[in-house]
Amino acid sequence: MQAAVIVFPGSNCDRDAQVALTQSMGRPPLMIWHRETSLPKLDLIFIPGGFAYGDYLRCGAMAAHSPVMREVVARAKAGTAVLAVCNGFQVAVEAGLLPGALMRNASLKYVCRDVHLKVETSQTPFTARYETGQVIRIPVGHGEGNYYADDETLKRLEGDGRVAFRYCEPDGALTDNANPNGSRRNIAGIFNKERTVLGMMPHPERLSDPALGGNDGRAMFDALAEALA
Amino acid sequence: MKLPEKITPEVVREHGLNQAEYARVLEVMGREPNLLELGIFSVMWSEHCSYKSSKKWLKRLPTKAPWVICGPGENAGVIDIGDGDAVVFKMESHNHPSFIEPYQGAATGVGGILRDVFTMGARPIANLNALRFGDPEHPKTRHLVAGVVAGIGGYGNCVGIPTVGGECTFHPSYNGNILVNAMTVGLARTDKIFYSAAAGIGNPVVYVGSKTGRDGIHGATMASAEFDDASEEKRPTVQVGDPFTEKLLIEACLELMATDAIVSIQDMGAAGLTSSSFEMASKGGVGIELELDRVPCRETGMVPYEIMLSESQERMLMVIRPGREDVARAVFEKWELDFAVIGHVTDTGRMVLKWQGAVAGDLPVAPLAAAAPEYDRPWVATAKPKPIHASDVAAKDIGSALLTLIASPDLANKRWVWEQYDHMVMADTAQRPGGDAAVVRVHGTKKARALTTDCTPRYCAADPEAGGAQAVAETWRNLTAVGARPLALTDCMNFGNPERPEIMGQFAGCIEGMRAACLALDFPVVSGNVSLYNETNGKGVQPTPAIGGVGLLDDLSVMVTVAPKSAGETLILVGETRGHLGQSLYLREILGREDGAPPPVDLAAERRNGDFVRAQIRAGHVKACHDLSDGGLLVAVAEMCLAAKLGAAIDLPEGIPPHAAAFGEDQGRYILSVAAGSAENMVKAAKTLGVPAQILGRMGGRHLTWGAKSTISVGELRDRNEAWFPAYMATP
Repeated sequence: MQAAVIVFPGSNCDRDAQVALTQSMGRPPLMIWHRETSLPKLDLIFIPGGFAYGDYLRCGAMAAHSPVMREVVARAKAGTAVLAVCNGFQVAVEAGLLPGALMRNASLKYVCRDVHLKVETSQTPFTARYETGQVIRIPVGHGEGNYYADDETLKRLEGDGRVAFRYCEPDGALTDNANPNGSRRNIAGIFNKERTVLGMMPHPERLSDPALGGNDGRAMFDALAEALA
Repeated sequence: MKLPEKITPEVVREHGLNQAEYARVLEVMGREPNLLELGIFSVMWSEHCSYKSSKKWLKRLPTKAPWVICGPGENAGVIDIGDGDAVVFKMESHNHPSFIEPYQGAATGVGGILRDVFTMGARPIANLNALRFGDPEHPKTRHLVAGVVAGIGGYGNCVGIPTVGGECTFHPSYNGNILVNAMTVGLARTDKIFYSAAAGIGNPVVYVGSKTGRDGIHGATMASAEFDDASEEKRPTVQVGDPFTEKLLIEACLELMATDAIVSIQDMGAAGLTSSSFEMASKGGVGIELELDRVPCRETGMVPYEIMLSESQERMLMVIRPGREDVARAVFEKWELDFAVIGHVTDTGRMVLKWQGAVAGDLPVAPLAAAAPEYDRPWVATAKPKPIHASDVAAKDIGSALLTLIASPDLANKRWVWEQYDHMVMADTAQRPGGDAAVVRVHGTKKARALTTDCTPRYCAADPEAGGAQAVAETWRNLTAVGARPLALTDCMNFGNPERPEIMGQFAGCIEGMRAACLALDFPVVSGNVSLYNETNGKGVQPTPAIGGVGLLDDLSVMVTVAPKSAGETLILVGETRGHLGQSLYLREILGREDGAPPPVDLAAERRNGDFVRAQIRAGHVKACHDLSDGGLLVAVAEMCLAAKLGAAIDLPEGIPPHAAAFGEDQGRYILSVAAGSAENMVKAAKTLGVPAQILGRMGGRHLTWGAKSTISVGELRDRNEAWFPAYMATP
C-alpha cells in the first residue's frame, strides 16, 4: 500500500506522521508539498498537525484553499482513506470533508497532555484493532480543539455511528473533567458518512512507541496497514 | 521616527555612550561620526553586545573538554555526542522586553535563541525556559506569568519544537524586573557545523527571512540600562514575533545548509543588521559593503539609521559561494521568504553602507571591535553571612510544614505552565516536564539527551560563591538523576547594575563558584549570555546565574524517572544529611526568614556521590531516582510519592533535630528507589566507595509516614501540590 503525508508551510507533525506510518506499513509515505496539483495512486492520505500557514485568519482556513487540497478532497470523495489529525482535522473541516467546527478551547489556553479516549466503534479501517468501548490513552496538543456542531448535526453523527472517539476518564466515564477543550458531547474525533475519513484532535502518532511512554496509537496505523494492504 | 540632525552631547548620551566612550569613537573614526555611525557604535558598544563589564570575569570560566567542539564566542556552543552527532545549545535572556510586553517579549526570546542554534546548522529539538517572577501578591505578577507563558507557548508550539523543561519561581526581588531565560538545544552533524566568519572577497552577502520594519530599534541599548517608572513607555522598542515565518526560516536554512552554497551565516538578533554584519566581517577579518536600498523593508520611508538598528525578527545574513545565488534563491522562494543580495565581502576591512548611490556610513571593522570598551569595574565581595544552626530555628509541626511547603509557589506543581507548551511534538520526548531533567531521544537512535535548567538565587544572594557552585552542582545532579553523563552547560547571568561595586561583587563571586564547580565536575561552559541592569529604581534582582545543562544517555532504556515503580521498593538516601537550614525554603516559607548561610557545596563529595548514583542507574539497579534540593528530604520523598501515586514509610535520619532532618537542604544528595532485595548490597557498595548511604524506608500504601505515627495521605499532598497554581491564576 502507499500512504502520503500532506505538508503545508507550518505543518510540524509531518515527520511524526512519517515515522508512525513507516513503522506500521514497512515503507515510508510520500511527503506531498502543498503546491502539488496532482497526486499519484494512494491508499491513505494523512493530513498532519501543526500551524498550516501560521493558522492566521482561522485555523485551517487558508490550508483548505491550498492547491493540493482540491485534489485531496476529490480523492476523499472517491473513497481514498484520509486521516486528519489536530491541525489536519481543522483543515478537513474547513475543506468540507467533515461537518462542524473547531473553536478555541473553553479554557482559552493551549493544552498539551495525555487524554483518555473511548473508542465508539471498531467497525472502521481506522479502529479495527480496538474494541468498541475500549479506553485508550493518546496525547492532545492544541489551542483550538473545541468541537462544535449544531444539535441536528450531532444527532445525525451519533445516529449514523460517525463519532469515532470521545474524551473520557480512565474508567470510560464521560465527564466534563475528562474533556480538555469543551467539545460538545466530549467528541474527540468523527468520521465522514462512508467512514473513510477520520478527523481527530488527539495525536495517535505521538504515542506509537513504548519508549515515549505509550503505544496505544500504534494500533490505528497497524489497522490501516492491514485494511488497506 | 524623528531623528536629530546634529551630534550634540545630549544625542551622544541618549545613545548610551559616556564621554570617555565617545572620545574613543572619535579616535576610531578620526572624525565626528554621523548619526548612523553613532547609532552603530551605540549598539556595538552596549553592554548587551560588548559584554564590557563582564568579559574580564567570563574569561575565568572553564570552557574546554575533549568533547567540546565549539565553546563560547559563536552563536551557540557545540559538543560531540558520538557517531558524528553534535548537540548545539545556548540560553539567553529576554528580561527587559518581557517585563514591558510579556507575550511578545517572551515569544521573541524563544525566537531569538532558536535562531542562534539553527544558524549553526542544527535542527532545534528542544526548548527550555527559566522564569523568575516577583511576589505572587504583587499586582503585576499574575499578568506577567500569564503573558510570558502564553508567549513562550505561542511561539514554541507554532514552530513545532517541544518545550520540555525549565523552572518557574517567585521572589519579591523580581517585582520590577522579571527574568525570562530561554534555552534551545539542537542536533547537527559534527562535519556540518556552520560558523559566522565572512570569507571570500567579492562573495555576495545575502539577506533572508522577514522584511525589516521599525520595531525594536535600540532594543540592545534598552537592555543595557536600568528600569524606572517610565520604562513602560519603551513598549515600542519591543519586537513582535512571527513564529510561522521562523518555522519557514528554519526549514529553508536547513535545506540550504544541506547544499554547499553557504560560506557563513549569522542570525540578526540584538542590534539586527548592525551586529550581524560586523560580527561576520570582524570574525572573518574582512570588510563588507552593503547597499541598504536593497534591504527588504516593511514600510516605505525607512532611512539607513532605522534599517541598520531595527530588531525586526526572523532575519538572517549569509555569505554565499559565488555562483550559488540561484540555488539559494530557489530555496527561499519555495518557502516564500524574502531573499536579497544586499552587498558583498571586501578586502578593505571597512563596513561601507551605501544609500541611494552615496556612502551613508563608513566604519573600520577591526578597530571598532578592538576599541570596544572593556571595564574592570570596582567590586566588593559580598559579606559572608553568619551560619544558622538548627537549634536556632523554630521547630514547627513537620506535617503541617510539609503541606505548606509543597503548596508554596516555588514547590507547587507547575502543570499549569507546562501543559500550555507542546512538549511532545517531534515524537522524541522520553521524559516529559516535571521530573529532575527532561530526556529527548536523538531521532532514530537509542541515544538521548538529558536537559535541565537550575539556579537557587537566594543562595547566590546570601553567598555568591557558594550559590554559583550550587547552581552548577544542582544542574549536574539533575542530569545524573535520570542516568545521564553531564557533558556541558550554558549560562545566563542575570544581575543588577554593574556600576555598583556590590553587584559586581555578586557577579565575581558567582563566577568563582561556578568555575570551581565546573572544574571539579568536568562540566565546561560552552555558551552563555549576560544580562545586567536588572534593576528598577535602584533595586537589583537576586543574583541569578541560571545554568542550562546537557547530558547524554548512551542507551535510553536505562533512563529512570522520579516515580518509584511499585509498592515494596526500598528507598535509599545517598549523601550526607547535616540538617542545614540556612537560606532554606523551610526558613522562608514557614518562618518568614531569609537569613543564614546557604548550604555548603562539597564538590568532591558531589562528584563521588553522583558518580556512584549514575553507575547504579546504568547497571539497572535503580527503579527511580530524585535529587534533593529545595525543601529537603521530606519534600523529595513526597514528590516521589506523588509521581508514583503511592505512599511511603520512612524514618528521618537520626542525630539531628527532626525539622532539620526533614527540611534541611544539604547538597550532594539523592534518593534511590530500589528492589527490596538489592538495598543492603547497594548501601554496602556505596560505603566501600566512601559514599554515605542509608536505608530510609519503603514505598507502599496510600500515606506518607515518617517516624512512629506522623502521616499524611498522598491524596492530600496531591491536592495541595496541584491546587496552588491554577487557583492563583484564576484569582481575578
